[in-house]
Amino acid sequence: MNYKEPAKKIVIGTTVLGVFALYSLGIRDKVPVLSKPSSIVSASSNSSGTVAGSTATTGQYKDGAYNGSVADAYYGNVQVSVTIKAGGIVDVQFLQYPNTHSTSVDINQQAMPYLKQEAIQAKSANVQIVSGATYTSQAFTESLSNALMQAKV
Amino acid sequence: MPITVEVVDETVGKTMAGNFKKVFAYFNDVDKRYSTYKPNSEISQINDGLPRNQWSREMKQVIDLCEQTKQQTAGYFDIKREHKLDPSGLVKGWAIRNAANTLLDMGYSNFYIEAGGDIQAHGLNANQQAWSVGIRNPFKPDEIIKVLKITNGGVATSGTYIRGTHIYNPHDNFKAADAIKSMTVIGPDIYEADRFATAAFAMGPKGIDFIEQQPNLEGYSIGADKVATFTSGFDRFVGEDA
Repeated sequence: MNYKEPAKKIVIGTTVLGVFALYSLGIRDKVPVLSKPSSIVSASSNSSGTVAGSTATTGQYKDGAYNGSVADAYYGNVQVSVTIKAGGIVDVQFLQYPNTHSTSVDINQQAMPYLKQEAIQAKSANVQIVSGATYTSQAFTESLSNALMQAKV
Repeated sequence: MPITVEVVDETVGKTMAGNFKKVFAYFNDVDKRYSTYKPNSEISQINDGLPRNQWSREMKQVIDLCEQTKQQTAGYFDIKREHKLDPSGLVKGWAIRNAANTLLDMGYSNFYIEAGGDIQAHGLNANQQAWSVGIRNPFKPDEIIKVLKITNGGVATSGTYIRGTHIYNPHDNFKAADAIKSMTVIGPDIYEADRFATAAFAMGPKGIDFIEQQPNLEGYSIGADKVATFTSGFDRFVGEDA
C-alpha cells in the first residue's frame, strides 16, 4: 500500500495531538515514539516512506528506519516503524494505533457502581464457538510487512 | 473470511445441502458488493466516485443504517476513513442476521452462524443445551476466559491482539490510548451486537458504560491491566463448562 498524501498530514496532526494528550496525562516514564517529530516530518517528504539512508548491507535488510504503510484496522489505522541495524530488526515502534482519537482517556476510570469487575481467568477451552477480533493483528502484520519490504536488500 | 454454519434440526433431510449452498452464496454476494478489497465491488465504485443516484437500493439502505448507527453512538461508529467509505463494521453483523433469518424462514430453529468471530445462535445444540460461546483472552488468543450460553442471540467482540514476541515492542505509553483490549457485546441479534461493539470499543473505558445504558445489550470489556468490567445483566449469560 502506498503512502497517500492526506494520510501523512493526518498522521502528523494526530501524532502532535497524541503527544500533547500523553504529556497531559502525566506520562513520564519513557519518551513516547510519537514525540520524535523529526523522524515523522522527514518521512512525509519521501514518498516511498523510508527515513534514513542505507549503509551497510549485511543480512537481508539494509540498516535504517522504515515506516510501514498505514494499514486499516477498521476502527483506526495501524502504522509501524522498523529499525534495522547490522542487517537485523532491532526495534518495531507504533506510529499510529487505533483509538488514538480518544485523547481524554481516563486511565484511572472509576467503575460506575452497577458495573462489576473481575480479573480475567482461563476457563475450559471446550466451547463450540469462539468470539474474537482479528482486525488489528492483521493490520499490524500488513504494515510491518510493508516496512520490511522497503528494507530488503 | 471463513464462515461456519451448523444446523442441528433433524427434520432438515435432503434439502439441507441446497440450503447451505444458498447461505454461502449469499455471503459471497455480500462480499462482492461490500468488499473494499475488490476493485469492482459496488463500494469500490462508490469510493471511485459513483454518485448516489446510481447506487443499488440495498447499498442506500446499508449506508443509511451506518449513518443511523453513527448518530446513536455519538459519532464513535464512523465508516468514513481517509475520505473513503468502508461499511464492513456494520455489514458483517447485518449479513449474518439476514442469513439467520433466511434459515428461520426455511424452518430451521436450532443453528448458529459464525463469521469472523461474530455469532448468531438460535435454539439448542446437539446436546439439547444452549450454544456455548467462548470469549478469547486478548493476551493469549488460544485461551478462553469466559464461557457464555446463548440461545436466540448475537455475540460480537471488537478488540486488539498484540503478540508478545521479542521483536514487537509496543511502548507502555500506549496503555493510555489503548486501555481496552477487547469488548464483547451480547444482543438480541448479531446486527445489534456488532455495530455497538464496534462503537463501544472505540470509546475506550467509557464503552462499557455506554453498553450498560442500552436496555437490550450486555457487555464484557477487558482492560490492558487484565481486569474485566462488565454490565449488570451480563452474568445471566455466563455458564461454566462441565
